[in-house]
Amino acid sequence: MLALIPLFPLLGFLINALVGRRLPKTVSGSVASAVMVASFVVSAMSVWQLAALPPAERVLEQTLYTWIASGDFQLDLTFRVDALSAVMILVVSGIGSLIHIYSTAYMHDEIDSEYARYFSYLNLFAAFMLVLVLGANFVVLFVGWEGVGLCSYLLIGFWFKKRSASDAGKKAFVVNRIGDYAFILGTLLIVTRFGTLDFLRLAEAVGPMAVEEGVFGVISIATLLLFIGATGKSAQIPLYTWLPDAMEGPTPVSALIHAATMVTAGVYMIGRNAVLFSHAPETMLIVAVIGAATALFAGTIGLVQNDIKRVLAYSTVSQLGLMFLAMGVGAFGAGIFHLYTHAFFKALLFLGSGAVIHALAGEQDIRNMGGLKRYLPVTYWTFLIGSLAIAGVPFLSGFFSKDEILYETFHEGHTILWLVAAITSLLTATYMFRLVFLTFHGERRHDAPAPAHQEDEESAHGAPAHHDHLHDAPPAMALVLIVLAVGSVLAGYVGVPHALGGHNALSSWLAPAFLPGTGPADAVLPAEEAALELTLMGVSSLIALAGIGLAAFIWLTRRELAARLAHAWSGVYTLLLNKYYVDEIYDAVIVRPTVRISQDGLWRGFDVRVVDAVVNGFGSVVDASAAVLRRLQTGSVRAYAGSLFIGVVMILGYYLWR
Amino acid sequence: MLLTLSWTVPLAGAILLLLVGNADGRRDGLMRWLALGISLLTLAVTLVLWAAFDAASAEFQFVERIPWIPAFGIDYSVGVDGISILLVVLTGFLTPIALLSSWGSIERKVKEFSIFMLALEAAMIGVFVSLDLFLFYVFWDAMLVPMYFLIGIWGYDQRVYAAIKFMLYTMAGSVLMLVAILGLAYIHSSTTGAYSFDLLKLYELEIAPATQFWFFLAFTLAFAIKVPLFPFHTWLPDAHVQAPTAGSVILAGVLLKMGTYGLLRFSFPLFPEAAAYFAPWLALLAVVGIVYGALVAMVQPDMKKLVAYSSVSHLGFVVLGICAMNVQGVQGAVYQMLAHGVSTGGLFLLVGMLSDRRHTRLISEYGGLKHVMPRLTAAFFIITLASIGLPGLNGFIGEFLIMLGGFRWDPRFVVFAGLGVILSAVYMLWMFQRVYYGPVRHDHNAHLPDLMPREWAAVLPLCAAAFIMGIFPGLFLRPMEASVDALVQRVQIAQPLQVQNVERRERFERSERSERPERSERSERPERSERSERSER
Repeated sequence: MLALIPLFPLLGFLINALVGRRLPKTVSGSVASAVMVASFVVSAMSVWQLAALPPAERVLEQTLYTWIASGDFQLDLTFRVDALSAVMILVVSGIGSLIHIYSTAYMHDEIDSEYARYFSYLNLFAAFMLVLVLGANFVVLFVGWEGVGLCSYLLIGFWFKKRSASDAGKKAFVVNRIGDYAFILGTLLIVTRFGTLDFLRLAEAVGPMAVEEGVFGVISIATLLLFIGATGKSAQIPLYTWLPDAMEGPTPVSALIHAATMVTAGVYMIGRNAVLFSHAPETMLIVAVIGAATALFAGTIGLVQNDIKRVLAYSTVSQLGLMFLAMGVGAFGAGIFHLYTHAFFKALLFLGSGAVIHALAGEQDIRNMGGLKRYLPVTYWTFLIGSLAIAGVPFLSGFFSKDEILYETFHEGHTILWLVAAITSLLTATYMFRLVFLTFHGERRHDAPAPAHQEDEESAHGAPAHHDHLHDAPPAMALVLIVLAVGSVLAGYVGVPHALGGHNALSSWLAPAFLPGTGPADAVLPAEEAALELTLMGVSSLIALAGIGLAAFIWLTRRELAARLAHAWSGVYTLLLNKYYVDEIYDAVIVRPTVRISQDGLWRGFDVRVVDAVVNGFGSVVDASAAVLRRLQTGSVRAYAGSLFIGVVMILGYYLWR
Repeated sequence: MLLTLSWTVPLAGAILLLLVGNADGRRDGLMRWLALGISLLTLAVTLVLWAAFDAASAEFQFVERIPWIPAFGIDYSVGVDGISILLVVLTGFLTPIALLSSWGSIERKVKEFSIFMLALEAAMIGVFVSLDLFLFYVFWDAMLVPMYFLIGIWGYDQRVYAAIKFMLYTMAGSVLMLVAILGLAYIHSSTTGAYSFDLLKLYELEIAPATQFWFFLAFTLAFAIKVPLFPFHTWLPDAHVQAPTAGSVILAGVLLKMGTYGLLRFSFPLFPEAAAYFAPWLALLAVVGIVYGALVAMVQPDMKKLVAYSSVSHLGFVVLGICAMNVQGVQGAVYQMLAHGVSTGGLFLLVGMLSDRRHTRLISEYGGLKHVMPRLTAAFFIITLASIGLPGLNGFIGEFLIMLGGFRWDPRFVVFAGLGVILSAVYMLWMFQRVYYGPVRHDHNAHLPDLMPREWAAVLPLCAAAFIMGIFPGLFLRPMEASVDALVQRVQIAQPLQVQNVERRERFERSERSERPERSERSERPERSERSERSER
């Protein structure tokens, strides 16, 4: 039955890819959405079945066939659901279904064949993402891992007429490949050292081994390589640069792939190999530090960006950083918890921004927005809920998950990392509400000149809705926004911490997945720890409110202050606006030299000047010696006879001399 | 009999075409259909062979042996094992596709073209089925002649230069090989008293390590040029760029594999000790070639050249797998040979279709073709993905197994070879973007026709093969497993480490029966120690 979960979207892909261009939009959109819902239903049934089992035995497995067999190496195409995959398949197929439905309205201005192409890609993405989270070994996971990268490439470059879109797609693929390179090496190291690629077998093999405390052994190297893979897929330092550019894709794609699901694959992968990573504290520290650094770094950039989607993109990078921080400090449950709540509110925020962009006929610059609250009430309220949730305002979903990360970080003794995460929270609240206030509040700034890129996009978006005829999200989109808003409020209640009298059900549900064969974690929390947790909770609530207050102070009441600040700190401002010039640095240090060396050094230099010169040189040597030897063929009998005579003398002489 | 048919059918076809009159090209259509029919018949023969092949056996099958020149122990001796049968099928599979591709581009001397193509097919199959070194050499050189003319007559502007370069490069290698072949027969006569060119008898020879050294070099140079291994590769871009599409498809699809096939069939098993000594050096060249080929491919302005350099990169992987000389490495290498035949054959085919329409191969002349020809774009994209080794398509299986085998042998090579994985995405996707994405920039491109039925017939089998090979690799891995196993044993058995080897086999078989978790125990350590002790010798 598990195979059906990815097979449904695959079927949808095949239908839309093969006959989609001849189908009317309603049919191709419905088919694509229906297969997703079907996949969600099967997922829910599987999870139901899983939940019926005793906690320590919660594993469902289906082996389709032996995929690769070579000598003593055997690899099965196996799908497996455990507590962790269960969360993932529900998120992917659930949020995925919603975004498919939303897309039926959002992409409605495309012509039939483009519409079908869009949905075929989206279905294919869902299929690969489900393979990724269902795969029982590294290679099946890698199938999904590469597959989602492919779909991401296709969807980012969906409007392929635009140079920037196809560039962004290619960049995403290539940067991901750099990570994949490390991931493959990690996989190879694991199979050669531990003899298995199956996650469960691996956990069993590694479990009894000594933790690599203070040494950087095989497990540390392997996990580090895997983590480098994760930095590619999940947009962490140093491989995060593709994600902001990926915003070139249609907005529902950003919501599904670049916020809710694909980019969390790296976090999932670490959770999947929790036992392995736990044995490599050195790597774990690297994971935590990179996570925290990315969170802060991306947060600062998000503070000054003017493209609504780019702000959200940097916010995603930042939130993913928090998830990695959680993984790195060993709070696997907290990381996955945040992954799960983030899927709701970040999908909501992206789809909300999509509704804004849709209403403004492609406008993405928040400097040209403002005052949209009146025109787009559904969008506004849902967007506000999403922003409150991500800011960590108490009793919304983001609050519970983010606090768990902060608490665990502090509790594990990483005070500095905790501080970084706390500052990140402040930044998050600030930039999100900057976005809210600039977009929805204040006066409309609609008469600002339209940016150039709008023209291209409009051909894709079709009907150029006039700015003065703003329309709120159409029903399919509004429905999805509302469902996700409800989710953003409620999703956190599966993980109410013990300190607040909850049971942290999610954490105990997940526990066996991180330590196979065990039951749920025990649920007793000493009183002093509860007090600590409550204190930290209070602190971070204050931080969230402070951030919102700060944003309100600057962008709601004293708009000119922002400009003055930017002017006073113009160096910092420019640095942030230009994203620390990382893209430029990569381009100057890696990309251009590689191309130049290949072009002038290797190809025109070595291939043409050295190898071919040698080859042609042989040719001329033969030519020249032939020219010399030709002179010997004089045709004169006396000369021949003379040389014959000399030869005979020399041979005889040799034998006589000897 | 069946095996003899596999190469005599195309040869007979070539002779048949020779006899049919075609004054002024009046029967060009007939020629094309006849040639296609004959190549399909050959494909049928190869498929029957594959179906009748006993995958469980490592022995040569369908063996035929008829004395040819008894005085020198030269026989007509043919047979296939699990490695060569797949290559024979690949040849049978690609030839009709190459012929189909020529229907749109070859307009003059159709009769002669078809004859050369069929003769080429006969010689290529002959190379793969020969078990007698003399016979092998005859086929090996016979193959050059039709290829020379295919490039020289039907090629592009600089065809004569390319044809001669191709000829000289290959001849230079094969002359040395001929000397080595004669030398082997001589050694056989001095140890047993009779000349023999029989591969199976020569396998039994005990050759002194110092002698092996030179023989290995002579054989390997010939094969390295053919592969082509860095730095013997510069004939390839010229030959590919100048060859007609059909020639490129065959050149990339089959001819290059003769080099790696030769390493597997002759260099390594005949001279195992020399092979152990040279393997790290060959692997080094292979790895350099992987990265080098990819980097140079990246900056090519000409699509055909780009694909040609990408072959240098891909074939580097194959050589790396062979050098690893363990089951995964060699199986991966053979798999990659097949996969590369399909995907690079496909790339040349599709590039050829573009250049048939526009008469240019320059990337900068294209752009925005996705609007104009969505179907060709889709096919090109699938083959692109196959070429960059996306899991689920054919390229991944071979690359993965090679890297696995290589990692078990010496991880350092794989660390560098893996860079090819990144770079292949760079050069292929960059080309794809420049050719297919963006707006249509040249007016000539605005109304190019999409795939025609004849072109579909050529493209679809390749796309299907890419998927089948990626999803069900067992279809191809299983038939070759026994032969590869035997080959690896052969090469390693010559080493004084038999005991460990047998022990490993036993443990392998034992654990195959019992639970899989045990696998963690028999990790690669025994094999590694074998190899390291081997290289110490």
